[in-house]
Amino acid sequence: MLEYTKKIREIAERLLKEGKVDMVIGFRKGTLPMINEPHFVKRAEDVNELYWDTFCAVNLANYLTDRKERIAIVAKGCDSRNIVNHIIENKVKKDKIVVIGVPCKGMLGRRKIALAAGGSEILEVIDGAKVTIKSKAGVKEVDRKDVTQDNCIICTHRNPVIYDELVAEKVEEQKNVDRYEDVKKIEAMSVQEKNEYFDTLLSTCIRCYACRNACPLCYCPTCFVDESKPQWVGKSIEETDIKTFHFLRAYHCAGRCTDCGSCERVCPMNIKMRVLTKKLEKDCFDQFGWEAGLSLTERPPLDTYKPNDPQDFIK
Amino acid sequence: MQNPYLPYPVRIAEIITETEDKNLKTFKFTFLKKEDEENFKYRSGQFSELSVTGKGEIPIGIASSPTEKGFLKFTVNKVGLVSSHLHTMKVGDIMGIRGPMGNSYPWDILEGKNVVIIGGGFAFTTLRSSIIYMLNPENRPKFKEINVIYGARTPGMLLYKEELASWEKRDDIKMHITVDAANDPNWKYNVGFVPTITEKKAPPADKDTYAIICGPPIMIKFTQPVLDKLGYTHDHIIMSLENRMKCGIGMCGRCNIGKEFVCKDGPVFTLAELNKTPKEY
Amino acid sequence: MKVIRIDRGEGKFREGLKLLQNSYVAFGPLKEDREVYNFKILGDKTPDLNIQNTYLSPKGIVFPQSEVMLKYTLDETKEDCNLMKEAEKDKKPKAVFGIRPCDAASFLIAKRNFDTADYKDPYWISSYEATTFAGLACNEPCSTCFCKSAGYGPFNEEGLDLLFVDFNSYFLIKVLTPKGEELMKKANWQNVVDSDKALADILSKKTSCEDKFTTSIATSNLKSKTILELYNAPFWEEESFACLNCGTCTFVCPTCWCFDIQDENCGCDGVRMKNWDSCMFPLFTLHGTGHNPRGNKQQRVRQRFMHKLKYYLDKYDKGIQCVGCGRCVRLCPVNIDIRRISEKMNGYKACN
Repeated sequence: MLEYTKKIREIAERLLKEGKVDMVIGFRKGTLPMINEPHFVKRAEDVNELYWDTFCAVNLANYLTDRKERIAIVAKGCDSRNIVNHIIENKVKKDKIVVIGVPCKGMLGRRKIALAAGGSEILEVIDGAKVTIKSKAGVKEVDRKDVTQDNCIICTHRNPVIYDELVAEKVEEQKNVDRYEDVKKIEAMSVQEKNEYFDTLLSTCIRCYACRNACPLCYCPTCFVDESKPQWVGKSIEETDIKTFHFLRAYHCAGRCTDCGSCERVCPMNIKMRVLTKKLEKDCFDQFGWEAGLSLTERPPLDTYKPNDPQDFIK
Repeated sequence: MQNPYLPYPVRIAEIITETEDKNLKTFKFTFLKKEDEENFKYRSGQFSELSVTGKGEIPIGIASSPTEKGFLKFTVNKVGLVSSHLHTMKVGDIMGIRGPMGNSYPWDILEGKNVVIIGGGFAFTTLRSSIIYMLNPENRPKFKEINVIYGARTPGMLLYKEELASWEKRDDIKMHITVDAANDPNWKYNVGFVPTITEKKAPPADKDTYAIICGPPIMIKFTQPVLDKLGYTHDHIIMSLENRMKCGIGMCGRCNIGKEFVCKDGPVFTLAELNKTPKEY
Repeated sequence: MKVIRIDRGEGKFREGLKLLQNSYVAFGPLKEDREVYNFKILGDKTPDLNIQNTYLSPKGIVFPQSEVMLKYTLDETKEDCNLMKEAEKDKKPKAVFGIRPCDAASFLIAKRNFDTADYKDPYWISSYEATTFAGLACNEPCSTCFCKSAGYGPFNEEGLDLLFVDFNSYFLIKVLTPKGEELMKKANWQNVVDSDKALADILSKKTSCEDKFTTSIATSNLKSKTILELYNAPFWEEESFACLNCGTCTFVCPTCWCFDIQDENCGCDGVRMKNWDSCMFPLFTLHGTGHNPRGNKQQRVRQRFMHKLKYYLDKYDKGIQCVGCGRCVRLCPVNIDIRRISEKMNGYKACN
């Protein structure tokens, strides 16, 4: 990861010195283990603030929304797909963006690591062929796949889909991945089972909206939950309101979600809400053969009409 | 423990549509319980939370004067959820009022002084209250010269037209009514923006002259340099602020400018005080 | 000072917890699904005392995230149509078991907001007064704990009725208030020990914990700077950049008290309720006209830290509005760290 950091700094310095961009958006090293902070650098002399390791999971495309500057942005595969989304949805202009692509082998999940350490406080994590976890309880080595973020385990676009610079050789893409194992399990449930499943899933939600706010897709000037005339959703922690929020938000992301995992990553209450967006991702794939954020020219299925679109829903 | 969130029940006694665009209505309320009316002791410049059951509350300056007994008056602009609903309500309907809230204009300081009232648009409500209060025969001797500069976009957008006309006829108050543009050939008052009229008509500054300004941000922005030019010191310029509010009692946290709550420490501040706080209003 | 001893092995501890249920609704830290730890009604469960700082602070026990204040009917055939009435409130005494000293102190900070000379919030106050706080001293700080430098500490007694100190096989309990005394009676925990010896043992635990702190918050210069100096400081753009404007920091914070008031109707019946609100949300300050005095992220982030570290300090002169529990540091999704920001504020000098 040191090489990645070095290369990001080099590229950032060059771009800023040459005046090609006004700012570089990346990460700076966090004040705690297992988290880094989205950060910008505007002067070439500050590029050493930039940093990279396997805890740079928050989707940086979120920080591009509606910005007018010329920006270089550090982007993993998923981030780059959301940049593509942003371009086709007119949230940024392609010619104002320089993508510093980061081939990615998967981000590590901090909750999985915390669990692996038996809840003992984590002091340091070293990523490698094996992951070394230093906690108050001692040092432990675990397999990388056991502590990789859920969405990264099933990722099939680890390399940036668009980039102007690349910080390393591309990595091998994962093949024959079943992306929808969990969704299929829920699809097979009875109505009552589904109800119970979603009740439990969302029971700890505190409506902080971290999932929505970390999502690059959620850029509506006024989210439907914040609308007051008319007020669609109540403001309390009543479960119907909470479910309405999560379900509708997922629908708003249909055909757009790249499964970057930011929503789950940022949830302070460990809610696994990706099953909702993944169900819609699966439907878009099954019905339209669509994967979001791969093409700068093709329109997403839900903002186009084709005569041969599936029409089974008309009963 | 008295519950400061529980509104006094009131009945709408009268509704007057004030402006030609029909977006401003004055509501006259009477208390359902006599003791509530007695408890509701207020000063000009304070506000209340008008509570529309099932919709919510809005903070509105009290337009009636404490010298007017038996009712409360509020002039409400139709903007949000609660005010829009209030505009559909009828005489006889029951709702609630919490208050009075906030600090009022500094009447103890203003006594014995010249008072210049500068108002624009629909922010004239607590200024009306103040004028009625000062013109009350018992109170008028307590103040020296009273000047009122009040402007609206057009003659039809002025509030309290009949009262304005009656004040024009008096010799114990100097009225300077103005409109941005007069579409009425019979308009016999000033034409021009409030800052311009202020520059022409406001009395010179001295230590016994206080200006009270209430109006839209753009009016305040251009009137302030005029007052500076006329020599008004910032502790002699009094302003009333608006911010989003919920509780009205300094607890819910949203209306602060720096460490002051507009609802409880304000809404009235001197410009000297505001100069020390973030401009988050 | 009365000190009581409970031996953990003898079942006396669990028996007492059971007895308490007769007189109190007892809360304690419990593990929920998905590794989330929070204060919950204990029922017949034993509190998990290994949990240090729960995800959410226990503020919700006194100040629930959603709380009904008033009720009404919109049914025009009813005589009391449109009249607001006070909703019934459960006044049963509550006991919070295993609350950490930082969280207990946070109630004193919030009390200055809800219990004032001019107005008293009856919901917060009655709930607070009905609650007995049985605290648990921290024998070891987390790496994100900075309670000591925030003005409190791992054995801080302010806001507590009882302080339990864990000696593995037994607890020593300092009885701090009559409310605490009452709880000990109800739980039949009455084994009074020699207090000189016990207090010396507790003191040595305290010192040993205080020596283990690895982090702090810098606040020494905050008082001497003006509000506008800090407000206009240039670092806010950089420090607020990462912020998502989610409500995590404010919701998990024990000292954040901001709330919203909403009417919710169901058919003809309705309630006026309080809900936690957050200065991070644009809606918090949005005027009806569409104008927003804190319309951008930088303004909102600055508000949160200025409130905690400057406005509160200036308004009450009782320290900062932070007890150093470290929840916002640990749970912020993008690593906005109050320690870093306080350091920037504390060290900032405006150049003239």
